[in-house]
Amino acid sequence: MLQRLSTFLYQRPRLVLALLLGPPMLYMVVVYLGSLFILLLNSFYYLEEFTGLIVREFTLRTYAQIFEPANRDIFVRTAGMAAAVTVADALIAFPLAYYIAKFASPRLKTWLIIAVTIPLWSSYLVRVYAWKLILAQEGILSWFINLLHLDGALNWLLSLPGIGGSSLALSPIGMFIVFVYIWLPYMIIPIQTALERVPASLLEASSDLGAKPFQTFRTVILPLAFPGVVAGSIFTFSLTLGDFIVPLSLGNSKFFIGQAVYSYQGTAGNIPLAAAMTMGPVVIMIVYLLIARKLGAFDAL
Amino acid sequence: MTSQTQSAIRFDNVSKSFGNVKAVDQANLEIRDGEFFSLLGPSGSGKTTCLRMIAGFEVPTSGHIYLYGQDVSNLPPYERDVNTVFQDYALFPHMSVGDNIAYGLMVKGVPKSERTKRVDEMLELVQLTGYADRKPSQLSGGQRQRVALARALINHPKVLLLDEPLGALDLKLRQQMQVELKAIQKRVGITFIFVTHDQEEALTMSDRIAVFNEGKIVQVGTPAEIYEHPATAFVAGFVGTSNLVSGEVAKRITGREIRFSIRPEKIHMGTMDTKIEADSYSADGVVRDVIYLGLYTRYLIELNGGGDLVVVEQNLKTTSMDVLKVKGQPVRLHWKKEHIREVGGS
Repeated sequence: MLQRLSTFLYQRPRLVLALLLGPPMLYMVVVYLGSLFILLLNSFYYLEEFTGLIVREFTLRTYAQIFEPANRDIFVRTAGMAAAVTVADALIAFPLAYYIAKFASPRLKTWLIIAVTIPLWSSYLVRVYAWKLILAQEGILSWFINLLHLDGALNWLLSLPGIGGSSLALSPIGMFIVFVYIWLPYMIIPIQTALERVPASLLEASSDLGAKPFQTFRTVILPLAFPGVVAGSIFTFSLTLGDFIVPLSLGNSKFFIGQAVYSYQGTAGNIPLAAAMTMGPVVIMIVYLLIARKLGAFDAL
Repeated sequence: MTSQTQSAIRFDNVSKSFGNVKAVDQANLEIRDGEFFSLLGPSGSGKTTCLRMIAGFEVPTSGHIYLYGQDVSNLPPYERDVNTVFQDYALFPHMSVGDNIAYGLMVKGVPKSERTKRVDEMLELVQLTGYADRKPSQLSGGQRQRVALARALINHPKVLLLDEPLGALDLKLRQQMQVELKAIQKRVGITFIFVTHDQEEALTMSDRIAVFNEGKIVQVGTPAEIYEHPATAFVAGFVGTSNLVSGEVAKRITGREIRFSIRPEKIHMGTMDTKIEADSYSADGVVRDVIYLGLYTRYLIELNGGGDLVVVEQNLKTTSMDVLKVKGQPVRLHWKKEHIREVGGS
């Protein structure tokens, strides 16, 4: 019976393909793309301010609201943070990923990868709260900085307009630190994977042909690891763009996109504006991916 | 001093250990200017480690390596006037063929116009004119091989290192590339150091060969010397096929307590009534196995009173049917005394 079934399936590769792809495709199309489509639909409705009711007719006036200075600032602030976090994560992740991929012994490699991914085992909320305590006015970081007699530098940093605040926990700097920490594994792993695929002989060949270590890095290692950096940046950038827990727990009261969406759809009941603001990151990510493709980041995939 | 300046590469008691493993053990070697020199040995014999030490990818644990008289033992690869053709070619996948070949000039800051000119010259040398804009992934194995060669030669290195470069090619292409490599070497006049585990390849191409075994250089000589006068039993067995005869069997045949090697093609096989000349040795036996190989046939002869010998005969007049009939027949083997080589321990 079982054999007849397998023979039956063996002779019908298209049916096998349909059975394999069907359930995930159904999920992707109906649940994921479907809800995105409903989101898109909602963003073209608008909230009648006088009655507080949602008017279900096609309009662009909700989108016009996004370009009001207050909302525009939210976008600039969030995208700026996402970009800064991405750059910082790439700079921190690259040397570590390079070490894991090219120098660490197989044993050490296993341990390092576990060390990189272990924070992901604990709840993201717990980690954000932990950081809130670390960064607090009377927290361990301030204590440590005090110990090093660097509180002058810290106070100067916190007095900077735009990124400063009354303490690290209540400033954009603190948010930045937490974002960089939280998304770092998502940058390390893709870069490490990309570097892993660069044969050692290519680096030897470059050196053999007269390239000094920095030239090898710039002309061979970096271009070949670039798809990994882009893959990692897609994670760090989009995750920062959509996050609302970190801005809610840390930093000053200035809104980020995620926070704004959260409050518009909740207390304000302005579903259309929340939907329109959600489309923002979607558009930003599409543009980002197009640029990445143009730069050849996906050629090696 | 003069001998130092004349030798392209000189190994002075070079050893290399990886942990507890001695990859190269007290190697002494002199490679002459303009020579096509092969490092021959089984895998793990230390030949590739020697090549990598010349290139600078490995630093000797002890001893010194001289490149035209200059001690380069501790110089990084990018400060040595030596280039390598890698076993896997190691072409940069994100660069075009032209950029790959120009790489060495690019990192040295040679202007673009001159780079283009010299790349074209190189492409002509390796018969790939017009391929500059392709990507390595669009080339066949043989073409990649040529690009790797051009990329190394464009820098006019003092010595070119080739790490089993023909290993990945099929037999026909490999034989063609052997001839071509040799021709290119003659044309550019650069010292080539060629690592291979293929004895036939080494014999075909080299001016001289160093045979490696277990981290040691066991013999250095011309192909004819190595083949005709193997220094040890290992060389006799590794270079070409050889019968190694020792102990009782050797004593029975020669009347002396020696250990000797005899090439299968030097042994003649005759009927039991064959007369043996005074300048020959002989042994009687039975044909146990016949392996027909087209061009020639290999016979395994079980000697009367123990031991066996491999004999090879060309199929000049015989067909497969003829040679297979010999199986089980008693035969008398005989060969000229001068064709045996007394060999040492290992």
